[in-house]
This record gives sequence, structure tokens and C-alpha cells, in this order.
Amino acid sequence: MQEHDMSWVRTEMALAQPAPPSERGLYAWVRKNLIATPGDTILTILGILIVAWILPQVINWALLNAQWTGPDRTVCATVAQGGIQPDGWSGACWAFVNAKFGQFMFGRYPIEERWRPILVAILFVALLVPMLIPRVPRKGLNAILLFLVLPIVSFFLLIGGVFGLPHVETSLWGGLLVTLSLSFVGIAVSLPLGTVLALGRRSKMPAIKLLCVIFIETVRGIPLITVLFFVSVMLPLFLPEGVTFDKFLRALIGVSLFAAAYMAEVVRGGLQAIPKGQYEGADSLGLGYWQKMGLIVLPQALKLVIPGIVNTFIGMFKDTSLVLIISMFDLLGVVKQNFSDANWATPQTAKSGLVFAAFVFWLFCFGMSRYSMYTERRLDTGYKR
Amino acid sequence: MASQEILREEPSRASFINDPKVRSLFFQTLVIVILFGSVWWIVQNVIDNLARLHIASGFGFLKGRAGFDISDTPIAYTSDSTYGRAIIVGLINTIIVAVAGIITATIIGFVVGIGRLSQNWLIRKICTVYVEIFRNIPPLLVIFFWYSGVLAVLPPPRESYNLPFGSFLNQRGFYFPRAVWGDGSWLILVAFLVGLAMAWFVARTARQRQMVTGQQFPVFWTSIALIAGLPLLAYALSGFPLSFDFPKQSTFNLTGGFQVKPEFLSLYLALSCYTAAFIAEIVRAGIRGVSRGQTEAAGALGLRSGPILRLVVVPQAMRIVIPPLTSQYLNLTKNSSLAIAIGYPDLTATAGTVLNQTGQAVEGVLIMMIAYLVLSLVTSAVMNVVNARMALVER
Amino acid sequence: MKHIAFGILGAAALGFTASAASAGTLDTVKQKGFIQCGVSTGLAGFSAPDDKGDWQGIDADFCRAVAAAVFGDGSKVKFTPLSAKERFTALQSGEVDILSRNTTWTINRDTALGLNFIGVTYYDGQGFMINAKKLPGVNSALQLSGAAVCVQSGTTTELNLADYFKSNKMEYNPVVFEKLEEVNAAYDAGRCDVYTTDQSGLYGIRLTLGSPADHVVLPEIISKEPLGPAVRQGDDQWYHIVKWTYFALLDAEELGITKANVEEMKASDNPEIKRVLGQEADTKIGTDLGVSNDWVVNIVKAVGNYGEVFEKNVGSGSPLKIARGINALWTKGGLQYAPPIR
Repeated sequence: MQEHDMSWVRTEMALAQPAPPSERGLYAWVRKNLIATPGDTILTILGILIVAWILPQVINWALLNAQWTGPDRTVCATVAQGGIQPDGWSGACWAFVNAKFGQFMFGRYPIEERWRPILVAILFVALLVPMLIPRVPRKGLNAILLFLVLPIVSFFLLIGGVFGLPHVETSLWGGLLVTLSLSFVGIAVSLPLGTVLALGRRSKMPAIKLLCVIFIETVRGIPLITVLFFVSVMLPLFLPEGVTFDKFLRALIGVSLFAAAYMAEVVRGGLQAIPKGQYEGADSLGLGYWQKMGLIVLPQALKLVIPGIVNTFIGMFKDTSLVLIISMFDLLGVVKQNFSDANWATPQTAKSGLVFAAFVFWLFCFGMSRYSMYTERRLDTGYKR
Repeated sequence: MASQEILREEPSRASFINDPKVRSLFFQTLVIVILFGSVWWIVQNVIDNLARLHIASGFGFLKGRAGFDISDTPIAYTSDSTYGRAIIVGLINTIIVAVAGIITATIIGFVVGIGRLSQNWLIRKICTVYVEIFRNIPPLLVIFFWYSGVLAVLPPPRESYNLPFGSFLNQRGFYFPRAVWGDGSWLILVAFLVGLAMAWFVARTARQRQMVTGQQFPVFWTSIALIAGLPLLAYALSGFPLSFDFPKQSTFNLTGGFQVKPEFLSLYLALSCYTAAFIAEIVRAGIRGVSRGQTEAAGALGLRSGPILRLVVVPQAMRIVIPPLTSQYLNLTKNSSLAIAIGYPDLTATAGTVLNQTGQAVEGVLIMMIAYLVLSLVTSAVMNVVNARMALVER
Repeated sequence: MKHIAFGILGAAALGFTASAASAGTLDTVKQKGFIQCGVSTGLAGFSAPDDKGDWQGIDADFCRAVAAAVFGDGSKVKFTPLSAKERFTALQSGEVDILSRNTTWTINRDTALGLNFIGVTYYDGQGFMINAKKLPGVNSALQLSGAAVCVQSGTTTELNLADYFKSNKMEYNPVVFEKLEEVNAAYDAGRCDVYTTDQSGLYGIRLTLGSPADHVVLPEIISKEPLGPAVRQGDDQWYHIVKWTYFALLDAEELGITKANVEEMKASDNPEIKRVLGQEADTKIGTDLGVSNDWVVNIVKAVGNYGEVFEKNVGSGSPLKIARGINALWTKGGLQYAPPIR
């Protein structure tokens, strides 16, 4: 550029000065995030002390001192306890988890038939993954396969008794198999049932509304254990002589009813958030009640409350562990049951088993909650004003 | 059909089944008939089953002698007491653990929730790890952890840890001296109540004065002095009637003193830790729900960060926090029924034992359900009152 | 309420339900093709699953004996593990056909719970176990004042415990759990000083503890615990079949009929043995009962006689090594006595 005039206008931006050293680099970060004020510094020191106290213990116990393989209790017991470890040793007994892994997964499901739950698990993952990835097309077909076809196929695969598959009683099921099948059926039943209850609660028919309110509030007011006692102890007396239920089915009914009441409240929240205009718009188009709800209101309402629904799922997944109180053996139940195995009884066994169970539960719940956050963010963008 | 009505003032016959009112009536009648049908069917079955099997029924068993002992008895109870009293003992135990758990969970939850919003990176991360761990494992597992942890870490009674003030800690629980009130100790209670009333009065007057004149009064320290000082004065005046019963070593256990059993301890700690993770998330959402402008405006008025938090942010955050907090309190109360897994005699456990000793399953489960429903309703009611008071802050 | 109806529909659709209503348990059982037997969730010697998941123990074998009487095949049994709390409802509601779960016979259970006990398969008594290493010098239950006592809830044990300490004017801290495994774990961890349950149970539990040799069972027996199988009231035929299966086990032992010699015994010319084994001409003993005439042969073939069942599960053939004691036949100074089969 030429500059003939006397006046001078700068046409280029001056290059930004680098931030002063006090504002960048590691030191600045530390100053801002760890030692901003004296109080902050004390907190940081406290925090470092806590971490320095806990972390080495955890790492030592879970990794460094842990025993990963071994034939029986001797690898996990000190000399004084009749094992091979030096006195004062403390470490996780993953060998126990390793040895009992099959039981933790399938319970007492016959070993030669275990390919059946494995196949079901593969089918489940194969259908679930495309369902969870938003970009994969044909969600409708996928949903039908996942929620209608898969349960039927799994039912026949797991129970057997047809197509030459040997019958496997549900009393032999156990471990993660029970946890997952209880939660899956619970989810598949509680969502529609909860939606119906929520619609009922907002219905204009007083009798139906009252019934739904009573059901929802009663179930929400009592602990799941009581519901499980109810189905395990009282339900048999409600039926005519000689008609009995499978224990597994009874637990399923209990868990599903319980989750449905919570689901109903979540869905009701969504229904309330839909503007009146949507209802009126649907009415003005001449849609009937079910068309209005099914085509206009519910798709919007359910979308709104996806985080709530997933939270209910997480809650239910965790709650399945309570079936151990009515002597069914879910993951936690099987793990606990194996503590009494004299072959593996050491002071470390119980801890290791519980940590393993906690880790499995944590993995599933954490995964679900992260997915729900992801969905929330994804759907959020569409509505941002 | 609507247009026809307007035109002809008389609905056509064909529209009768399409009339929403008629349909609604029809459906409701149908549902009620089905419902009563099934209830009748169930009741009939129960009656048939009980009669056929010669099972006793009715609530008369509540007056029978229980015959079993309970480990934690907040009210007088022996094996000679009635089944009804055993259930009441269980109910009180449930309430004790629920109330203690609610208080602790709220404190931990608020600390962790505020910690998650801290400027301090390390504190933020520690709090996040805490929340993510406890939120994602079943409460039953947390209880087992505490219980096996407590039993594994603590020493047997003969090697108890000696703690200050004559307290002991061992596998059988936490022992501390029990206060034994002598004659004239009623005076202390009276002094305490008077102190409480006076503190309340001082606080009210001070507030009124501040409203009018703007002058502040050290309410906090005055109240402390009144509430603690008056009973101390009474204690001295009535001739030191208080003595302590210290726990002592005997053949098997420590005897005397006050014992907190490990079952209670682990249930209480587990429920507190578990629920605190949820409360922390609620508190975090509540504080983030108060817009930044509020904090900045308060800062512009010259308030410091302490008063900003106390006077501006927290009251507004509480409005967002209280409804979900209520449902967490209810959850904690319901989760206390997991006590049965570690043998703390709560309502579910004692009612279960009664059910088992008498064999009257229907009545036993009914009592359990009603008791929990009432507990839930009372908690909801109390929290609704609190909520209503908080909502009034809005002008 | 309507959801229960929904559940029933669902159950029927899924094919979960076990049976439909019918007149007698025997017919139902025959129609099903197996006997549903309620057992404990795991008590060594009485009913506990082995490594392969097969139920072993006196209680489990008793159910096999009934199956052998009804079907001629001792394997036609399915076992339902039941907690102390569930056991009576499970029997009352028809979920199980026999409750063979180390259950004490009391008048209350006969009259108020709608059960019929068929006899006493094991005479037991409640005892105490302590860790002798930790508590040297304690050798009588009367020294236990002030102890913490582990006990399972909802059992007669819990009631006897209260009565015993009360009548001896002793104090104790009850530590009560729902499940046997939890009681075991708590005792092993040192939560309590004393473990109390039926003495047979104590011997079984001792084996599963960290160091069995440290624990001793105290000599006192504080109660009568007659353990026996129970059936529902109001079905006399089934009651008789189960009851006489028990008597048949005893009579077989008395007559010296064992699993090994039962085939030879069929050819015996002792009229009593012939009658019991259904070898008399035109005998109607079995068919009158509702089973085949060679029912005793089937029972003994399946599980052996009472003595064999005892020795195999809790006696010398088992790790428990419990002596016959009062469970010996009446001819040998015990209490086991069966009316004659004739």
C-alpha cells in the first residue's frame, strides 16, 4: 500500500503480545486452579493428602499385590492363614474372580448350554449398537427387532424345550444373566406400562385418574424389598389353588411394576411440558385420543424426558441386586454365595468379589449415564433458542 | 357431529357411540367393573386358600408374646413383649437410621456439591470421582462394603482401640460413656429450653432492629451463649448431678456405656454416602440454576463472597433444590429397608421375623406396606411445608 | 390389581406356570412327572448343592425316596431352595409339594400354618459353638452371659435362645441375620462370640469356617428340635404317601434291607420282608396307598434305607461324622420307630 497522505492509518492489526508469563504455562494454571487464595491452598494440600493416602493403597491392593491366577485359596492366604503369602500381605484375590467367572456370568446354567446365553448376548449387542448410534438408518425396524423379536428369540433360546434344545429351568439361571434379563424385561415392560399410567393420571376420566394416582403413589411410597416380599410371599395366596408362578417371573413382575410407577412420573413430566397448543392442534386436525397421543404428544414428550428415562433404567438396573433378598441369585447374589466356598475362603475373597461386582455394575451404569448425557446434548441442539 | 348438533340442536343416533361423554362413562365403568371383579376374585382366593390350608388370619397375633430378642431396642423391649411392640421397635429403628442418614447425607451432599463447583481443580476432581463412583453402584453393595470393611478393619473386643473420653472402637461397635442424670437434672433441661426460647427471641428482635435501623447485632454468639451457658449455669447450681457410665471390659464384650452397633454404623454410613452423591448433583444443579447476574449484582452491592453465597445464591438455589431433595430423602428412607441384608433390626426385618414366626404373610406384608406409606407421606408433608416457606422468599 | 391379572396372562402365554388346579397332589405330581421339593438354600448334610449343582443331604434324599415311591425313579425331583421366610408360603401356595428343609415340628406350625408334619427324620437339639482359641476356659453354655450370639432370624432357634438366656438369668446381645450364609460370615469375621443353631447344623457349619479346628461345640442342648418334612393340610392321600415313605425307610433298615441286597431280599422267605417288598401274592398295600406294590423296593434302590441315608449324608460316610445317637433305631436304643407295614 502506498501512503501519500499525511494522516496515517494503520491498516494491519498489531500482533497480539504474548500473555505475560504469570498468565500462561504450568505455573499460571497451578496458581489459578490450585493456590488462588490461602484457603484454596489449604484445600489443595488437604486434597493432595487425601489422594496420597488413598491412591497408593488402592493401587497396591488392586494391582501390585493382587493375585491374578491360582488353583485355590492358598494363593490368596498368608502363611498363618494356611496359604503361601508372607504375613501382613494384603492384596486383591482376582484368582477367585477368575475361577468363578463362569458362575458370576451364568449362575448354575449348565456348562454345555452356555453358548445359548452367549448367543443371546451377541444378538443383543448386535441390535443395540446400531440402535444407539444416531446415524445408522432404519431405527423403526431396529426397534421392532430389539424389543419384540429379540425377547421372543431369547426366551426360547434361554429356556429351551423346543427345537431340540434341552430345557433349562430358571432356578438354574444366575449371575449377570439374571441381572441383565431382569433389567431388560423390566425396561421393555416398564416404559409402555409407565406411559399408559402417566396418560391415565392425566386422563379426564376421574375413575381412571384416581386408580392410576393410587397405584403410582402406593408403589412409589414403599421400598422395592416390600414389593418383592409382596410378590414372593403374598402373590401365591392370591391365586386359586394349584396355580403357581415361577420365582423368576414373580421377581420380574415385582421389578416391572415398581419401575413402571417411577417411569410414569417421568413421562408425566414430559407430558406436562408439551404446550397446550400441540394438544389443541391435534384436536383441530380431528385426531382421536390415541392418534393424538401416539403421533403428536408422546413422541415429543418422550424425547424431552430421555435423561429421566435413562435415570430410571439405571435405578432399576441397580435395584435388580435386591432380588438376592428373596433368595434369587443375580450377579451380587452369586458373588456372595461363593464367599462360603471353603476352597476360596480367605479374608480377601469377600472384598475382591464385592469390588468385582461393583465394577461390573459401575461399568453398566456409568455407560448408560454417559450415553444419556450424549443424547441430551444431541437433542438439545435442535431446540436451542 | 359437533356441527350437526349446532344445526339441528339434537345429536343424531349414529353419534351416540362417538359421544365422548358416553364413551368416557363406558370406559370408566368397564375399568371399575374389571377392577372390582379382580379384587373380588383375589379376596375370594385368599379367603379360600386360608380356609383350605387352615392358616390363621386376622390381626390378633399382634397381641401375642413375641418370644424373640432384638439387638437394637430404642424403647423397652424383651422377649416377653408383644409382636406389635416388636414391629414398633423396628419402625423406630427405621426412623432413627433414616433421620441420622438424612442429616449426614445432606451435609456431605452439600459439601461435595459445592466442591464440584469449586475454583480448585483438585477438589473439583475429587468430588467428581466421589459422585461418579457412588452414583453408579447399587446401594446394597455399598452397605456390604461398609459392613465387611468395618468388620475386617476393626479389632476384636479384647484389643479395642482406646479413644479419648473413655470411648472404645472395636468389631462390636463404637462404645462411649453414657450420661447418667442424677436428681435435679430436670433443671438443666428447663434451662436449655429457656435458653432456646431466649435465643429465638433475641434473633427476632435483632432482625426487627436491623430492618428499622440497619444496626446489626451479634445474634450468633449471643445465641450460643444463651443455649450453652444457661444449662451450664443450671448444672453448677443444681450441684453437678451428671455422672458417666464408662464402658468396661468383661469376659466377652465391653459392658456399660452406650454402644453403637456395627450394623447400624455401616447401614448409616452407606446410606449417607450413597444418597450424598445424588444430593451433591442436585445441589450443583441448584447453584448453577441461579443466574450469574445475581452473583454479580450482589458483588456490585459490595457483599463479600461469603454473604453472597449465604444471602443471595443459596436461598434461590434452595427453591430448585428442595423438590428433588425430598425425593432423595424418601429414597433414603426406603433404602433403609436394605438393613435386612446385614441384620439391623429395622421395620422390614422385624416385621419379616414376625411374619415368619406367626406365618401370617398377608397381614405382615400389609403392615409393612402401610408403615412405609405413612413414613413417606409424613416426609413429603414436612418437606412440602419447608418448600412452601422457601417459596415465600420470592417477592 | 389388574396388573396381577396381566401377569397371569403373561405367565400363561410364556408357558411359565407349573400346573393347573386339580384335586389331589398325587394326581398333579403324576401329571407333572416330577415332585417339587422345597429345600434349604444350603446346609451341609441336609440339603446343599454339590459342585455339579446336584442337591445332596438327608432332606434331599428324602424327596428322592418319595419320588421313587411315586414314579419308581428317584431322579424325578426338582428342588426349590427356600429361605426360612419363604418356606411356609411356598408349601401353602402349592409352589412345592413337600417341604423337606430341616424344619422343626411345632404345634403352632401344625395348627396355625396349615402344615402337616409327617414325622421326624432327624432328632436334633439346639446347641452352641464358640471359638475356643479366642475364648479359652469357656466350656459350658452357662458361662456365656454377656456374649454376642449369632442366630438366624425367623427360626425356632431364635425363640429357644431367648428362652434359654432368660430362664438362666443371663444377658446376651443377639446378632440376627436373614440367611445362614450371612450368619456364618459374621461369626467367622468375629462379629459374635457364639453361634447357635441345631447341633447337626453346627457340625456342618464348622467345616466351612476358616479354621475348623479352633471351634468347639458346647455340650449343652437347650431344646428339642425334631426336624421333619411337611406337606399341606387337607390332602390325606399325599400325606400318607409321604409319611409311609419315611416309615418304609425305617422298616427297611430294621429288616436289614439295603441298597445292595434289595434284589436278593425280594426272594427272601421271611414273610415280613416279602410283605414289605410287595412280594406277597395279591398284595394291595402299595396300590391302596396310591403307588405301585414294589414301592419299597424302588425307595431302597434309589436312596437305600434310613441308616444308609444317614451315614452317607451326615454320618461316617460324610465329613460331618455325626454319631447316630438318638437317631438310631429303637432296637438299638434310639428314637426312630416305625409302625409296621402290613
